[in-house]
Amino acid sequence: MTLQATADVRASERIGAFQHVTLAAPGVVETFRPGNFVSIALHDGSHLSRRSFWVHRVRSSSSSGATIDIVVRPTGVGSSWLAGLGVGASVDLIGPLGRPFAQPKQAVPCLLVGEGYAAASLFPLAERLVERGCPVSLLLAADTAAEVIDGLDVRRSAEAVTIVTADGSMGAQGTIAQALPGALQRSGASVVYAAAPAASLHAVAGISEQHGAWSQVALEVPQPCGTGLCHGCIVPAVGEDAIAHRVRACAEGPVFRGDRIQWGLL
Amino acid sequence: MTLYVASGCGGTGRELAPYADLGALGGFVTRTLTLDPRRGSRLRISESPGGLVRAHLLQNPGVDRFLTHEMPWLAQQGVPTWASVTGASLDDIAAVVRRVATAPGLTGIELNLAVDDPAALRLHDGSTPKGAAAAVRVVLDALPDNLGLHVKLGADVRRLPALARAVAEVGADALVVGGALPASLPNGTPAELSGPAILPTALRAVRAVRDELPEFPLIGVGGVTSAADARAFEAAGAFAVQVGTALLHDPSTLARITAELEEQS
Ligand SMILES: Cc1cc2nc3c(=O)[nH]c(=O)nc-3n(C[C@H](O)[C@H](O)[C@H](O)COP(=O)(O)O)c2cc1C
Repeated sequence: MTLQATADVRASERIGAFQHVTLAAPGVVETFRPGNFVSIALHDGSHLSRRSFWVHRVRSSSSSGATIDIVVRPTGVGSSWLAGLGVGASVDLIGPLGRPFAQPKQAVPCLLVGEGYAAASLFPLAERLVERGCPVSLLLAADTAAEVIDGLDVRRSAEAVTIVTADGSMGAQGTIAQALPGALQRSGASVVYAAAPAASLHAVAGISEQHGAWSQVALEVPQPCGTGLCHGCIVPAVGEDAIAHRVRACAEGPVFRGDRIQWGLL
Repeated sequence: MTLYVASGCGGTGRELAPYADLGALGGFVTRTLTLDPRRGSRLRISESPGGLVRAHLLQNPGVDRFLTHEMPWLAQQGVPTWASVTGASLDDIAAVVRRVATAPGLTGIELNLAVDDPAALRLHDGSTPKGAAAAVRVVLDALPDNLGLHVKLGADVRRLPALARAVAEVGADALVVGGALPASLPNGTPAELSGPAILPTALRAVRAVRDELPEFPLIGVGGVTSAADARAFEAAGAFAVQVGTALLHDPSTLARITAELEEQS
């Protein structure tokens, strides 16, 4: 069930290039599934688009109650506002939204590929997969070390963690497309989960297919409303009926099978 | 005051249902449907203070896919559904109306003549009194008696009086007055501005039509976010309002306005 609620900021911490914001969100926590996102509205009466965020961490009980963590890169008006909120401030929160990652029925090896803040959505997934006995490997990418997402607990429970940065400031110098074939081989993964900018996801979909692995990608396109109302986040995708449709990233996605997206038209 | 979901602002209905009692509304207006699907590129939307600017290419799945994938749910839920329609020609408009009119559960048609540049979108030009009257005539011919007809006219106050009169003379149950204004995306793409920023222009549009047609039922649209806004449209001469952009910002807006209106009455 998707809920709309006023959510209090319980903590806010700068880690590298990102602000990690903890929000009290009991309703979200109850029904959240990895791959879901949440939507936040600004209160200034001027900025009308809602802002969508991946969920980095879900805690059903902590010293602050049921909370979610989101990872904010302060670049625009909304993200800077959110990153600047102090503890005790409140926001209009809707979630969980969108179709989550489909998880394998058997305990197969999985490779999780994330870039920048988008990688946040893979951390709750990794936790869930590990609980189900799936060997999980991580490939994390970013432009610089400061944009490699923090998440030590999950990294510890993974079989292997590969890090690449475009400038070589952390891990090997390189990109997802360069590092993926090796990571696929080492992990023996039959399922690849990815969350990254579209160009990287396109590469993940193609390389996974070449290696005989299924891919599921969490796609981020601009979402004016995030709730499925405006049809402003249209993605060209091939449906279960093998027919090409225009679907909404926020409602029919944000997670899609990599081979279902018509990348050339995106 | 009666409330409607403005065309194109309520998803397929399902996504709005958690936040609003759709069955209690005057109606849910669909996004504008054409005979064939219109894909276009992504519907780009950017923010402007108090408004949204949206490149509008009338993207829609086409009337047939609407009937198989969206209308059944609306009918099953008892949502009073108004199909917004337009077409490339008078024949196309008649064909869309004939198709959609077969749908069980449909309440009526909202003929969308509020298109800023019909030629660019390959649409019948309903922006002149003659073109509008011709479109309304073919819709009425194709429309079963049990379905209603609303005609959306836009907000151009210089054209509205003559346009409204021409449509009223052919016949309609109500006119939808106001709506998004011609605008430009930052990159120059033709677009439309909607949201609270346009409310005063929509009020003016309603008054312009009210002056021309003192008795005709009018539905106001443009920038409504509160019961006070709805009352302002009532004062201008509308019996109902449509809520659009406000839902994208806060999908609970209709529930909130309903509660505010009840409190006041
Ligand atoms: C995302 C979006 C999609 C829209 N699609 C349509 C449409 O398909 N047909 C139509 O007649 N108007 C469409 N409109 C215009 C609205 O129905 C409404 O007339 C306009 O936005 C003004 O009302 P508002 O300020 O409450 O949004 C759309 C508006 C938005 C924001």
